[in-house]
Amino acid sequence: MNLISSTSQTILYFARKSPWAFWWGFVALLVILAAVFAPLLTPYDPYAIDLSKMQAPPDSKNIMGTDSIGRDLYTRLLYGARVSLFVSICSVLLGNSVGAVWGVVSGYLGGKTDLISQRVVEIMLALPGLILAFLIVLIMGANVWSLILSIAFTRIPLATRVIRSVALTTSQNMYIDAARSIGASEFRVMFRHIAPQTFAPFLVLFTIQLGAVIITEASLSYLGLGVAPPTASWGTMLGEASQLLYPLWWHVFFPGAIITIMVLAFNLLGDGLRDEFDPRLRGRT
Amino acid sequence: MKKYVAQRILFAIPTLIGLTILIFGIMRILPGDPLGAFYSMESMERFTDAQKDKLMADLGLDRPLYVQYASWMGDLLTGSLGKSFLRGDNVADMILLRGPISAQIGVLSIVISWIIGLPVGILSAVKPNTIWDKIASFFTVLFLAIPGFWLAMLVVVAQIKFWQYKSPIVSVQIWENPIGNMEIIIMPAIVLGIGMAAQVARMARSSLFEVLREDFVRTARSKGLSERLTMVRHALPNALLPVITLSGVLLGFVLGGSVAIEQAFTTPGLGKALVTAAIDRDLNVVQNLTFIYGLVFISVTLAVDLMYGYLDPRLRVQ
Repeated sequence: MNLISSTSQTILYFARKSPWAFWWGFVALLVILAAVFAPLLTPYDPYAIDLSKMQAPPDSKNIMGTDSIGRDLYTRLLYGARVSLFVSICSVLLGNSVGAVWGVVSGYLGGKTDLISQRVVEIMLALPGLILAFLIVLIMGANVWSLILSIAFTRIPLATRVIRSVALTTSQNMYIDAARSIGASEFRVMFRHIAPQTFAPFLVLFTIQLGAVIITEASLSYLGLGVAPPTASWGTMLGEASQLLYPLWWHVFFPGAIITIMVLAFNLLGDGLRDEFDPRLRGRT
Repeated sequence: MKKYVAQRILFAIPTLIGLTILIFGIMRILPGDPLGAFYSMESMERFTDAQKDKLMADLGLDRPLYVQYASWMGDLLTGSLGKSFLRGDNVADMILLRGPISAQIGVLSIVISWIIGLPVGILSAVKPNTIWDKIASFFTVLFLAIPGFWLAMLVVVAQIKFWQYKSPIVSVQIWENPIGNMEIIIMPAIVLGIGMAAQVARMARSSLFEVLREDFVRTARSKGLSERLTMVRHALPNALLPVITLSGVLLGFVLGGSVAIEQAFTTPGLGKALVTAAIDRDLNVVQNLTFIYGLVFISVTLAVDLMYGYLDPRLRVQ
């Protein structure tokens, strides 16, 4: 009960301090809810082929038009949101968690461990994220899990760097010395005393990276390394649109517009969270 | 300065070796039948075990991993980069044919990002919180969120609708036909450049905003220097340093983003080659192209580091 009231207080405080970021967070929440309750929001089946209305432009029945085999694009967009958002959220969560643990260990232990792990991070950063993810999905075969793993992998280095620097400053504190002097193990110091301090930057990093990852997922899917058809995701819809010799404008426009809105929402929410909870990160991401 | 340069170059070598290990590791150690990556499921089922063994031997995949790695290193060091499994031509020749197109797109897009992004960022920093600043930051935030390849697709749709657009089929080099070459690279470069211009504008604004409040700018103004000279001589050179670093970082963005944008415009560059090789399951081409992307990325990061050390003497001492 106490936790709930304190959480809602924090949210209310945030809404008052940065209303702009708060409203964009609300937009993101609406799209996520729309994805969860997709069947309630549309009368159509995302896979139902209707050859009587192929390539129909938007009208009152199909508000975003239909694709080349008569499937309702609005419905496919709603169901596609499930794949796109699930992959994006899971991969950022996984990648940042691995990066955070790595960063805490590297920042606290220091010395050789830190030196070696920073070199490894540098190597992971030597390939542009999209190309690294592309390579991994290509080898593992495209499906939801390989997409999550590959994108998560590209998120590790940045998270490691940011969390490491936080862990580095945190471990200078007196209470860390105190914990060690009463005989706490290295493990306990790292995950009981240092890790909780990295939560604010973790949250900010999570939100800001979501935007970038939505674009990565869409790009991979667009390039043919997305979930297998007929399942829709925003990127695969764009890929399907470009298979026509003369792409239909509505088939191109709407999936890209929703991607833009979501990226915008997560970026602005992330900016607001960063200014509020962790100004240190300014200009880092 | 010499020591700084030598140190930087020396540091890049282990990163480069690490990169080859990373790529090789992904290609050979991740789960997945290596043949399965080359052939479709249907043709896999038709092969007998003996045929499979022979194919593995033909592709050199039956050798121990360290031998395969060493032979790849040999290919890299001789510069031949091995052969395409499908077409039998050298990967190096393919890069020589398609690389210039991608490089032109990359360089031009950086230039465009400076042409658009710098004035916008400077204007915002000089007149903060005015209507111009608001408009600039609106477009900055918007273009940071728009996926480049989607913008490219929209441009293609518009071009088809209004100007009977034909997608390029063969690569035209600048020394063969400068105008035809420009037609191929200009739109991808603009689309990439606009996306980066948003980042450049944002960085230029925040960096100049800070510099304008430094003591040395106040000194310059108080000794009677005109606002224009204060800007050109004192503020801008200092404010531009982070923008240069950013442009180096953005090159990763160019390399990754251009793959999807080249695909959208069907530009015959390296990115398109990578996607085509992936669809054809031509893993040797994929492996070597990925390495080339990493090599370019590391080299440019190194170049930016060196330039930064040259422009900002404080860094050389550390």
